Amino acid sequence: MKPILVRGGRVIDPSRGADDVADVLLAGGTIEAVGRNIGVPDDATVIEAAGRVVAPGLIDLHTHLREPGQEDLETIATGAMAAVAGGFTAVCAMPNTDPVCDNQGVVGFVVSQAQRAARARVYPIGAISLGQKGQQLAEFGELVGAGAVAVSDDGKPVMSSHLMRTALEYARVFGIPVADHCEDMALAEGGAMHEGIVSTRLGLKGIPAAAEEIMVARDILLAELTGGHVHLCHMSTRGSVALIRRAKDMHLRVTSEACPHHFTLTHEACEGYDTNAKMNPPLREAEDREAIRGALRDGTIDVIATDHAPHHYDAKEREFDDAPNGIIGLETALPLAITELVGSGLLTLPELILRMSTAPARTFNLPGGTLATGAPADLVVIDPDVEWEIRPEAFHSKSRNTPFAARRVRGRAETTIVRGAIAYQRV
Amino acid sequence: MAALGKDLVGLEHLSADQIRLILDTAEPFKEVSERPIKKVPALRGKTIVNLFFEASTRTRISFEFAEKRLSADTVNVAASGSSVSKGETLVDTAKNLEAMRIDMVVIRHGSSGAAQFLGHRIASNVINAGDGKHEHPTQGLLDILTLRDRFGRIAGLKVAICGDVLHSRVARSNIWGLTKLGAEVAVCGPPTLLPRGIASLGVTILPRIEDAIAWADALNVLRLQLERMQTGFIPSLREYNRVFGVTRERLARAPKDLLILHPGPMNRGVEIDSDVADGEHSVILPQVTNGVAVRMAVLYLLAGGRAAPAQAARGDEA
Repeated sequence: MKPILVRGGRVIDPSRGADDVADVLLAGGTIEAVGRNIGVPDDATVIEAAGRVVAPGLIDLHTHLREPGQEDLETIATGAMAAVAGGFTAVCAMPNTDPVCDNQGVVGFVVSQAQRAARARVYPIGAISLGQKGQQLAEFGELVGAGAVAVSDDGKPVMSSHLMRTALEYARVFGIPVADHCEDMALAEGGAMHEGIVSTRLGLKGIPAAAEEIMVARDILLAELTGGHVHLCHMSTRGSVALIRRAKDMHLRVTSEACPHHFTLTHEACEGYDTNAKMNPPLREAEDREAIRGALRDGTIDVIATDHAPHHYDAKEREFDDAPNGIIGLETALPLAITELVGSGLLTLPELILRMSTAPARTFNLPGGTLATGAPADLVVIDPDVEWEIRPEAFHSKSRNTPFAARRVRGRAETTIVRGAIAYQRV
Repeated sequence: MAALGKDLVGLEHLSADQIRLILDTAEPFKEVSERPIKKVPALRGKTIVNLFFEASTRTRISFEFAEKRLSADTVNVAASGSSVSKGETLVDTAKNLEAMRIDMVVIRHGSSGAAQFLGHRIASNVINAGDGKHEHPTQGLLDILTLRDRFGRIAGLKVAICGDVLHSRVARSNIWGLTKLGAEVAVCGPPTLLPRGIASLGVTILPRIEDAIAWADALNVLRLQLERMQTGFIPSLREYNRVFGVTRERLARAPKDLLILHPGPMNRGVEIDSDVADGEHSVILPQVTNGVAVRMAVLYLLAGGRAAPAQAARGDEA
């Protein structure tokens, strides 16, 4: 593998508090050197990065790759390609596949498919319970041994407080977080969008904010009880933010993530029964969106994650009640974050890189998230200023389900390097 | 281009003038149904599909009479026994109907937004005959026409919509239509059956049925779906009647006579007592009669008939 010199970019590395114009030399799959005027080794590939941002590769803690089981929606190869096109050098794959990722066979399959794809790194997340059924604990030891980095029952909330308690306790043995989709199923049952004035107008059954907040509160209490690490997925309400803020004040092992759609859109996007605005947790109110933004600024919410959820176009081409939840996000997360958070002055670029790279790595204890010498050569070159229009037909993902089609945004990944090799180069 | 646009999905996006146009157009059509030969040629040669994904007696028959009295050719499609029950999607069903070169679809569907979904995907006119909990615009229009018949006006009228507003498409269409025409609207029912933020639609919330009766000029009493008890929204039908039922005793204490509307089908002894439903101030059957005229008006206007309504009702050729 030839060395790569990324020359003259604005190198932002939140792990070292660095933000300077510098060169980065990658060799042997690791970061060889960072500094000014590094000489070009004879055989090196040179990437000119003047005017660009050079950052540790983005890491997504919440991705659905659909393989095994629903390869018509996405495969590990297409998802890993979409990831690098969006600036992500690693993604964590949720276990809601068919079969469910609750045993070493499926974990190993995901790992080997990711190796064959040779794009973004893919870290499997194992199921908390066998079959995501919420009854019997999966074999965390076996899952971790095969390569799982966390456990989650994903879209099947762990309704049993006893199961959640034992999962948090048992996960401590392996030092892995338990990621929870917080939703009280009885309160949310049949809901298609946020419960509020828009759902009332559209005549759609709503999901109240309390359905999320009840489970956030429970998970925080169980983190306190067990000393386990709970990671709260895709936070969407101002009430959740207040609960997490309190948990952080108590120094509990509680981390959380928020998605670009929740800091960009509100339930108004469901007007006209646009099924691309249907997701779970649902798009909430303007006050919730502001609270999520504030929490990303002050660190109450640690991480930006995509909840990338591919669906076939005709699955969304139906009645709102019957359409599946979720949108894809790997190729829109960075531009949306730059446009909505940096463009609005809420975050600086280093703060954004922290939320999308360094903090995700720390939260799930993953390699990367840093440009320190000796760290993995996972890196992204970002043009932070380019203005463009989101065109789903140009996505690398197999799916096109996004509410952001034709939206004008700023910033995107130009070059993505994984393990010291160029995994994506915008042409 | 008809003055209503291509489809009638709901009253939310109609103007007061458009609603008045429909009501005024319905007036001459009322008389058609009183004739020995109940037929005018206004929609001769038009093909209309009544696409009903939910069971319906009154609304489906009312639309069918309206279509036939306008001389349209009609086909009724019920969800059971059709390709729908074999798993065909709504968009495929619609495209297949379209391929048979139809002019209009009247759709009743259990999912909110289904009528708009269809309207955006086919060139034919689409009329919403009730979509989920969203709207039932022709029911709203016939309720408003019935109120206008009795009071001579809508502006300033006080109308209380009572009962299961949460699950009611009739309530939403009434709220939009009445408020646009200047009526004061209140909703009254157990808080478990009032949707979040309903006041943002411009209505007052009255917590007790006694308050609604004391305030209103007219009550529109909604049907209580019997399964609401099993799903925990109310303790029992008996309790509902005791606390929220529209009874003769409660009406007797009202400061004035109230007009009583009900979109049907009624649960006698639950939301409304029989002696009220059959009483002198009930306009439940005139509502049904007006339903045919209102639906004739909507079909006629969406088809873009060039004859003035009075001529169309006389049977003159356009």
